[in-house]
Amino acid sequence: MKGSEKAKGSGVNRRQFIGNMLKTACGVGLMGMGLGMYSKQASSLPAMAIRPPGALPEEEFLGACIRCGMCVRDCPYGILKLGQLGSDDVVPGTPYFTARTGPCEMCVDIPCVPACPTNALDHGLTDINAARMGLAVLVDQETCIAFLGLRCEVCFNICPIRGDAISLNYRHNTRSGKHALFIPVVHSEACTGCGLCEKACILEEAAIKVFPTHLAKGELGRHYRLGWKEKQKAGEALVAPDAEHRYNLPEGVQYDLQGRGLIMDGTDSQQEPVSSNPLDVLNNNPLDTLNQGLENQ
Amino acid sequence: MKLTRRDFVKSNAIAAAASVAGITLPVAKTALAAEGDDGIRWDKAACRYCGTGCSVLMGVKDGKVVASQGDPDAPVNKGLNCIKGYFLPKILYGQDRLTQPLLRKTNGVFDKNGKFEPVSWEEAFKTMAEKWVAARKAKGPKGVGMFGSGQWTVWEGYAASKLMKAGFRTNSLEPNARHCMASAVAAFIRGFGIDEPMGCYDDLEHADVFVLWGANMAEMHPILWSRLTDTRLTKPGCEVHVLSTYEHRCFELADNGMVFEPQTDLAILNYIANYIIQNKAYNQEFIDKHVNFTQTATDIGYGLRASDPREKEAKNAGSGALTKISFEEYAKSVEPYTLEYTSKLSKVPQEKLLKLAKAYADPNRKVASYWTMGFNQHTRGVWVNGLCYNVHLLMGKISEPGNSPFSLTGQPSACGTAREVGTFTHRLPADLVVANDGHCKYAEKVWKLPAGTIPRANGKSDDADQTDISGKPMGKTLIHAVAMHRALKDGVMNCFWVQCNNNMQAAANMNVESYPGWRNPDNFVTVTDPYPTVSAMAADLVLPTAMWIEKEGAYGNAERRTQFWRQQVTAPGEARSDLWQIMEFSKYINVKDVWPEDLIAKMPEYADKTLYDVLYTNGQVDKFPAEQVTDSRGNNYDNDESAHFGYYVQKGLFEEYRLFNTAEGKPKKGHEMADFGDYHNARGIRWPVVDGKETLWRFREGYDPHVAKGEGVKFYGKPDGRANIISAPYEPAAEPPDKEFDLWLCTGRVLEHWHSGSMTRRVPELYRAVPDAVVFMHKNDAKKRRLRDGAMAKIASRRGEILARVETRGRNRPPEGLVFIPWFDASRLVNKLTLDQTDPISKETDYKKCAVKILKA
Amino acid sequence: MATKPRLGSEAVSAKGWFKANKWLILRRLSQFGILGLFLLGPLAGVWIVKGNLAYSMTLDFLPLSDPHVLLQAVLAGVQPHKEAIIGVIIVVVVYMLIGGRVFCSWVCPVNLVTDLACCVRRMLGIRTSTQISRSSRYWLLGVTLLLPLVTGSIVWEMFNPVSMAFRGLVFGLGMAWMILLGIFLFDIFVSKEGWCGRLCPVGAFYSLLGLKSLVRVVAEDREKCDDCMDCYEVCPEEQVIRPALKGAGKGIGPVILSSNCTNCGRCIDVCAEDVFHFGSRFANQKTNPGSATGKMKESAFSDAA
Repeated sequence: MKGSEKAKGSGVNRRQFIGNMLKTACGVGLMGMGLGMYSKQASSLPAMAIRPPGALPEEEFLGACIRCGMCVRDCPYGILKLGQLGSDDVVPGTPYFTARTGPCEMCVDIPCVPACPTNALDHGLTDINAARMGLAVLVDQETCIAFLGLRCEVCFNICPIRGDAISLNYRHNTRSGKHALFIPVVHSEACTGCGLCEKACILEEAAIKVFPTHLAKGELGRHYRLGWKEKQKAGEALVAPDAEHRYNLPEGVQYDLQGRGLIMDGTDSQQEPVSSNPLDVLNNNPLDTLNQGLENQ
Repeated sequence: MKLTRRDFVKSNAIAAAASVAGITLPVAKTALAAEGDDGIRWDKAACRYCGTGCSVLMGVKDGKVVASQGDPDAPVNKGLNCIKGYFLPKILYGQDRLTQPLLRKTNGVFDKNGKFEPVSWEEAFKTMAEKWVAARKAKGPKGVGMFGSGQWTVWEGYAASKLMKAGFRTNSLEPNARHCMASAVAAFIRGFGIDEPMGCYDDLEHADVFVLWGANMAEMHPILWSRLTDTRLTKPGCEVHVLSTYEHRCFELADNGMVFEPQTDLAILNYIANYIIQNKAYNQEFIDKHVNFTQTATDIGYGLRASDPREKEAKNAGSGALTKISFEEYAKSVEPYTLEYTSKLSKVPQEKLLKLAKAYADPNRKVASYWTMGFNQHTRGVWVNGLCYNVHLLMGKISEPGNSPFSLTGQPSACGTAREVGTFTHRLPADLVVANDGHCKYAEKVWKLPAGTIPRANGKSDDADQTDISGKPMGKTLIHAVAMHRALKDGVMNCFWVQCNNNMQAAANMNVESYPGWRNPDNFVTVTDPYPTVSAMAADLVLPTAMWIEKEGAYGNAERRTQFWRQQVTAPGEARSDLWQIMEFSKYINVKDVWPEDLIAKMPEYADKTLYDVLYTNGQVDKFPAEQVTDSRGNNYDNDESAHFGYYVQKGLFEEYRLFNTAEGKPKKGHEMADFGDYHNARGIRWPVVDGKETLWRFREGYDPHVAKGEGVKFYGKPDGRANIISAPYEPAAEPPDKEFDLWLCTGRVLEHWHSGSMTRRVPELYRAVPDAVVFMHKNDAKKRRLRDGAMAKIASRRGEILARVETRGRNRPPEGLVFIPWFDASRLVNKLTLDQTDPISKETDYKKCAVKILKA
Repeated sequence: MATKPRLGSEAVSAKGWFKANKWLILRRLSQFGILGLFLLGPLAGVWIVKGNLAYSMTLDFLPLSDPHVLLQAVLAGVQPHKEAIIGVIIVVVVYMLIGGRVFCSWVCPVNLVTDLACCVRRMLGIRTSTQISRSSRYWLLGVTLLLPLVTGSIVWEMFNPVSMAFRGLVFGLGMAWMILLGIFLFDIFVSKEGWCGRLCPVGAFYSLLGLKSLVRVVAEDREKCDDCMDCYEVCPEEQVIRPALKGAGKGIGPVILSSNCTNCGRCIDVCAEDVFHFGSRFANQKTNPGSATGKMKESAFSDAA
């Protein structure tokens, strides 16, 4: 009696058990798929959130970061935050900073990196200048007051990779006719994406912003090389230089093929600062002439 | 409450922090309008900051500046601004504007060690008048003093000059331009007999070669640098030479950048002269017709206190004596400055020096030389200014488009106010000087005062002693800015009034020489300021002031351009303009209290009057009735001063000032100004203005109405029409680095902040761009001291120490052995370190050279 | 039922309030104490512990890592650094000794929420409960470990309420309170002990760690049991009690061997007769060495409600 009950019960139980198990498995499986798909969607990093220095490429980063917040704690400037559900669109628990309010101050010893227990922040990064957190982009040339001819250059002045990450390109101001424009130009080979420029930008909404590199960077056709850079790299022309050119020209006129083109005025004001009259030199006392000779070497 | 120096420095740091702590970013939406430009009234004004003199248009709605723009029709800036100009409206609306007079009190009465309490203007002026009259009687003409500014409007300077020189009968009036342009002025007077540059900004488009001598134009004259850069870009063959004691932003454009050992600019300029002479490149005809050769006295000390051993050792301490010499003697004097010697001394490579010399010596290239504080703030500032003129005069490269030695001014009205209306201890309006009895008499006539009112430099008129109010002879009366702080410390001067500048932060060696003087229990210091600055904190009476376009004003920029603006908004609370304060205060002083009986006897009708009656309601200043100020489009503007005093104060003062150029018997010509009304209708007019025409280049026929046909060039400031080439040697600096204090310290400005930062540090964006002063140094120097970028360092001199973060990769790249610290930061008072040394001739402070050491903090 | 006295009231009258709540108080002290240690840094600037439960560094020398999180990372392809590995070894060894699910009742902040939910549920007298299998959590655990393998990303940590709650309290909560609220409501209205007892893969993971743990609750004096049912009522994993308490007849030892026992000690508190005590898993050998181990082996997977 007891035994048969038990047998019966266990038969039902087994069926139930298998049924339940299938239900559970299906439910959980569906849930897992949902989680996976949602996570894919949610894991796209918002453009204004920048990862700490040494962060792996975003996909790998999300696999490596265990959301412990050690980098946040070891940032001496307190600029790092952990993503929070629903409030910043950053994968919850993963570290980031917002350049406009708290840019990376580029500590020489990069304390946030060794704090990372996994390799989410690459421990191979020991030179902060080699960090590539993102790339500064001058996103709005219409409001950047440098493009308007005003003398600002705050981004250039504050850039810690001075002169290399942001340089100034001088241009003629055709509107005023007599002023120059001092145009900031960002160079991806040096920009670390620290965001100091974005923070310092004096506009209400920054005209220069740091974006994740994949958003910020264009790509030249793989086939194309910049001729002048190739020549510089090679140290000489890649194709043998021309044989000497000769031209039909009127008296006193020269032609400079690579440089100034047609030169109507034969005298070159750069040549000789001192009087061109040889008598001036001849009339000098010999000591003066000797000194001058030395100086002109 | 007894305020110790330590407390002061501490509280000052706290206040500095507080002044920026109120700032939250992103900026709370102030009234700066983005939408709806309807109903904005636009009017022009000269920018509040540097000597460039950009014009801006300010948009006012409902009594508040809500918008601004660069003036597109202004020839200087064509609608452009620098970053400071971009934020101009915000300087008016800092959260901590002072709005009522504040007096240190305990239990309701003035107490030097009391706490600041609000008082009425009447109480403020009564307290002040009591102190001033007492000090004037007890301590003589140097018992009271006033320290003004190249940021005063023209009439504020003029009114102050009258109040002090004619009213209080004291020459203790100095502007902060003493720290800024005095060396340039002295060199102009010695070289040409008349102040201010011969050229104008159009030289920027006409020159082929630019040479910058101790001028970081890229940051300090941003819009002029933009013009210079454009010429360099667009003109074939244009060359830029930059000389400085450290690499700064101008080096980015330089074709020939030269970092020289401090003080050796003297040698480099002599080398160039030597090169020109050795190569016979000089302009013989020009020299023969227009130049005299002179030798200045040498070994003249460093303007330190007389007790300093360096002063005792100097053979000719303070002497500016000139002796006439021949061309040959001059040539001989520069002969030692060979390329080899100069290169070795200055540490500039030979080929660079040669390139520079060749540029000057080339008769076919036009050369414009620009300089600012590197030349002027120099213990041999007058010499070095002169040495630059020497080179230009040897070549005849002067007074014509593109050939221009050009002294740039730091402040918006160093020229217009400090120099032209003469707010220096030794000056009177329009280049007249108190050392000249005739000049004084002329001024007394213009001012309708008894002869002998104005104290002469030596206290003698017509060879007789002038009587002081105390009945004693007047004695020597000149006292320059640095000496004023020493006099306060020594108790020689008891009352001091500072307007429109922050001299506690600005004065060299402030911890030892300035602060003890201000807090000397015998002294009463008044500071007029819109914000609680370092100076205000050290004062006894703080008077709130109207700023910039809260009053009708006029500035004169570096190219002799005078620009006017109308009062566009009203100052907050009880704040009143400096002009109002000067004139209103004069009502509290009776003539009898400050003039001796023998002087009053000459004009007994003045006996029972106040200084206000005598100085300002004299039938000239009060000549023009108050009128509704309007513009051509029919907009109406307030004029608070006219409304208060009942006549058009600014016009009256300006027209009286113009009498110095038009009244009969004028001792000097060349300073003619246009009618008051003309300036409101133009974006500045460059003087001399003769027959309604302005002057672009002075001293050259055709350009300058004072040079007659056929004269070609005439330096009419000098009696014989000839300029002076003044021989001066290289002499070492006062405090070169030694074993212990092993670094040169150079101080200066940055693009983003104006002077002591009291305005620009209240603009959140500018504060964010450059929050704190850092110490710029060479990375090897940092490494040697085991300091890395961003580390806090202690910088110490023989006089004090400050903390600042190390910057080795910033905009300024000093060579090894030199550090640079900007002085805008109220929480890092770099002038605790500097030495109160001056050029012995111009009395201008040298902020560029003293010795410091740097340690890990 | 209306006459049934409040849960644990008998224990209070028999042992006094303090003794009847001793382990609960200690547990709360532990939970808040750990949280407090982490908060001491950001709030008071006293940096004893940095990080959070995923990984932390104590006094700059003691690393501790969460094995579940780190396993996910490893499955996503990460090679953890030495500290992380040391940390995980320490944590695993400790939980293997004291019971894996000690994490749940002594450390996990979600436990505070679910305990409260349970209390509210009792007060409201809600009896209905959606039947969710207690083994679901093991399936979910499988998913959390599979996802990183498939996606290369630590997907579960985007949703994990356990790490999110603790991290939220230490670093800023964001909208994570909504997830906690969800769990709270779920546990009250949908499923009794729904989260901790049925779904949580973190708890599931720790239960596996504790399969052989040393520290156990022992129904030492099970003969004193007066069938008041308070221990069942209070136990978050009630199925774990019966074998030990009532298994004397079947030759089952008095040690609660199920690895899903969280060692919370509430059964000890509420028992007026002092049936339960903390002891070791070897306590069975004293009484009935033979049967216990064999019968309870499957415990981890067999506790379907």
